[in-house]
Amino acid sequence: MVGKWLKRLYTILMFGFLYAPIAVLAIFSFNDSKSTAKWGGFTFDWYKSLFQNDLIMRSLYYTILVAIIASAISTLIGTFAAFGLYYMKPLKQKVLLNVNSLPILNPDIVTGISLMTLFVALNIKLGLITMILAHVTFCIPYVVLSVLPKFKQMPSEMLEAAMDLGATPWYAFRKVIYPEIKPGIITGALIAFTLSIDDFVISFFNTGSGVSNLSIAIYSMARRGIKPEINALSTLMFITVLILLLILNKRTKIEEI
Amino acid sequence: MIKRLASGPYLFWLIMFIIVPLLMVFGYSIVQTDSSGNLSVSFSNFARAFDPIYITVLGRSLKIALEATAICLLMGYPMAMILAKMNVKYRTFAVMMFVVPMWMNFLLRTYAWMTILGKNGVLNGILSFFGLPQVQFLYSEGAVLLGMVYNFLPFMVLPIYTVLMKMDSSLIEAAEDLGGNKVTVFSKVILPLSIPGVLSGVSMVFMPAVSTFVISNLLYGGQYMLIGNLIEQQYLVVNDWNFGSAVAMILMALILISMAVMNKVGGDNPEDRGTGLW
Amino acid sequence: MKRALAILLMIVLVGSLFTGCKKEDQVVLNVYNWGDYIDEDIFDTFEEETGIKVNYETYATNEEMYTKIKKGGTQYDIAIPSDYMIEKMIKEDLVEPLDLTKIPNYANIDDRFKNLDFDPNNEYSVPYFWGTVGIIYNTNLISDPIDSWSVLWDAKYANQFTMVDSQRDSIMVALKKLGYSMNTKSVDELEAAKQALIEQKPLVLAYVGDNVKDMLISEEAAMAVVWSGEASNVIQEYDNFEYVLPKEGSNIWFDNIVIPKGAKNIDAAHEFINFLCRGDIGFKNADYVGYATCNTETMKLLDPALMGTTYAYPDDSLLSNFEIFQDPGDFITEYDRIWTEIKAK
Repeated sequence: MVGKWLKRLYTILMFGFLYAPIAVLAIFSFNDSKSTAKWGGFTFDWYKSLFQNDLIMRSLYYTILVAIIASAISTLIGTFAAFGLYYMKPLKQKVLLNVNSLPILNPDIVTGISLMTLFVALNIKLGLITMILAHVTFCIPYVVLSVLPKFKQMPSEMLEAAMDLGATPWYAFRKVIYPEIKPGIITGALIAFTLSIDDFVISFFNTGSGVSNLSIAIYSMARRGIKPEINALSTLMFITVLILLLILNKRTKIEEI
Repeated sequence: MIKRLASGPYLFWLIMFIIVPLLMVFGYSIVQTDSSGNLSVSFSNFARAFDPIYITVLGRSLKIALEATAICLLMGYPMAMILAKMNVKYRTFAVMMFVVPMWMNFLLRTYAWMTILGKNGVLNGILSFFGLPQVQFLYSEGAVLLGMVYNFLPFMVLPIYTVLMKMDSSLIEAAEDLGGNKVTVFSKVILPLSIPGVLSGVSMVFMPAVSTFVISNLLYGGQYMLIGNLIEQQYLVVNDWNFGSAVAMILMALILISMAVMNKVGGDNPEDRGTGLW
Repeated sequence: MKRALAILLMIVLVGSLFTGCKKEDQVVLNVYNWGDYIDEDIFDTFEEETGIKVNYETYATNEEMYTKIKKGGTQYDIAIPSDYMIEKMIKEDLVEPLDLTKIPNYANIDDRFKNLDFDPNNEYSVPYFWGTVGIIYNTNLISDPIDSWSVLWDAKYANQFTMVDSQRDSIMVALKKLGYSMNTKSVDELEAAKQALIEQKPLVLAYVGDNVKDMLISEEAAMAVVWSGEASNVIQEYDNFEYVLPKEGSNIWFDNIVIPKGAKNIDAAHEFINFLCRGDIGFKNADYVGYATCNTETMKLLDPALMGTTYAYPDDSLLSNFEIFQDPGDFITEYDRIWTEIKAK
């Protein structure tokens, strides 16, 4: 019984730790003062000026666009990659996994610079396309790392058994393997999406010509002090994500029943 | 056949967007441009990187990243266990709640800590409410460490949780039936089986922590040079891509070595890992 | 879940199609500027008057901008670097020559800002704003008068002030305090500056760039080394701040408009520069960013109270020991070494 309460307390503390900074941002988004340390009364002004800020709105659009496209592509490639990797000879698998880890282990800045060197050498104009390519590159390894442990936990003969029983490889993948690895795919896609939304350094080197994401916009604006509009933006983002999550949670429950 | 085809696009991607660009950076690191613009192959960039000043920077980065990883593991493992054992009704929700903060912008999350830790921030406000003296939280090594733990904790929790979830509960039950107490069951069954997740988690936390430059800039006010700051400075401020590339290559080599060690330690015999570094 | 994702993707793709096929024949001008260094409302005015749409992108330091333009891959029609960076870019053939006949409003620019050393005949650049580097302090927290860089080495102010996280500016402070030129090419003088900054480091609260105004307003810091426009913004909002130009001298800087090499819309770029040099547009910008204008027509529209203030339009007599940064060329590696060593300590 004590253990149960200890667990609850620990969970509450952890969520408190995770959400305290977000709560602070949310509170200060209603602050009628430019400062992030003084309370100057309640206001909605920052929300109004947020929607009138062309740079922020455009960056927001590109951030979401890139995150969705990049996480979709990388989840697809990464899942099949994990499938291929699992059935590979151990040595080859090991080599590939080490290459796979490079973008994770490398400082973002090296990945960013190296990709930029490549794009410049290939004479691809830096912009939306290069940003998406760069994001897919750093997302795939995380998807692979999330999905591969699922394969490893799966009984190794499952695919063979299904195919012996007459299933086509694609059918076997869909009906036998996919359900086993689904949690890994979802984790991988979520990590890819959050990484993409969060990225600053790699995007910074691999975009240009008027395409910038939110991080770059914030960084540029921060030169003259972060503006409360951005607090307002993160509050709105948080609420959106929370609503999405509630819907998702409800759907999952229905499926489980 | 399908097994090979499945990884085709992936192989292409690895070569085109990971290996080739890195070879280009390697090229930069072994080239020196003299004042008249002539290129020559030279290891002077590497020689410079082994100057004691830069060795200090490297040591400092490794130390704080190791600390952050250890804290994330200590905090994150119990959380992953709690999540894995949680009633299915709340579990999906709780896991999602863990991901949500990651959907907020990284720069903002770090910046928010500045308003909390600041001289007139929330924390000092609470202290003065109780009549306690102000504390300099911000612009300290502790603040950088906190920023790292905060930003990277979910990367530790999620992989461990994923592995724990898939763990065959009958194994645990069997161990319990055979008379193992909670500690034994944990140390002999759960922990060894969760090693793949722990290793994923450790690499996902340690690597960004060792290379970050935004966190140290914001929470230690730029007085605190980590290896990431050094590379950033070489690329953005001085535009000395050759030296920056050399430092990056050294960092890469170090990380690959620790990776290899990790693979060896984690791969062979999970039960003997008790004394391992990780 | 799958369906939701599919719908989401559809929305995004359709959305990108719309932005993709925006009127193709319209000229789009790519402007690359410091963050928050222009009143963005003027873009609408410009589009109404000329039909040219502005695509706006920002950077945080001269070096960032330089890296992007130098390494290629992007295409910008307008950029606004500072003096020493313009010198460097001219040397490296990274800027297009200007046709001043297409910029009649160039006549509005004060002669004081024309033909400066970094671009002797204004062949490549047109002045935008100028300013200084100095010390801003909170008079509620610091009662003693401040007039010298040496206060930044006074243990009394330990952990109360911030320095600039920019190597040229911070080394400048130490060099000036020691009585040297900020453009020194003497290794010994730089070593002395390094020692001074290392000695100072325990006293510094932080090396900041982005958030100095917030730190001052929230009283996190009582004193800071800042660019004049930042001081101007703070002082115009709060009475209890003062900006001083240290008696040892400091940096005076000029940000000029240039057309980077590889620009595709050179005519439109000239038109935009001419637009920025118009008195009323200059006033809108000056009012918004807080820095000092180089435009005589804009000067006439400004609040006379700004004249003679240290933070906006200081009296010339205060600027006697002030210097402009020069591009140190290859010697930059020495500055870098010094700065790296200070920071790594």
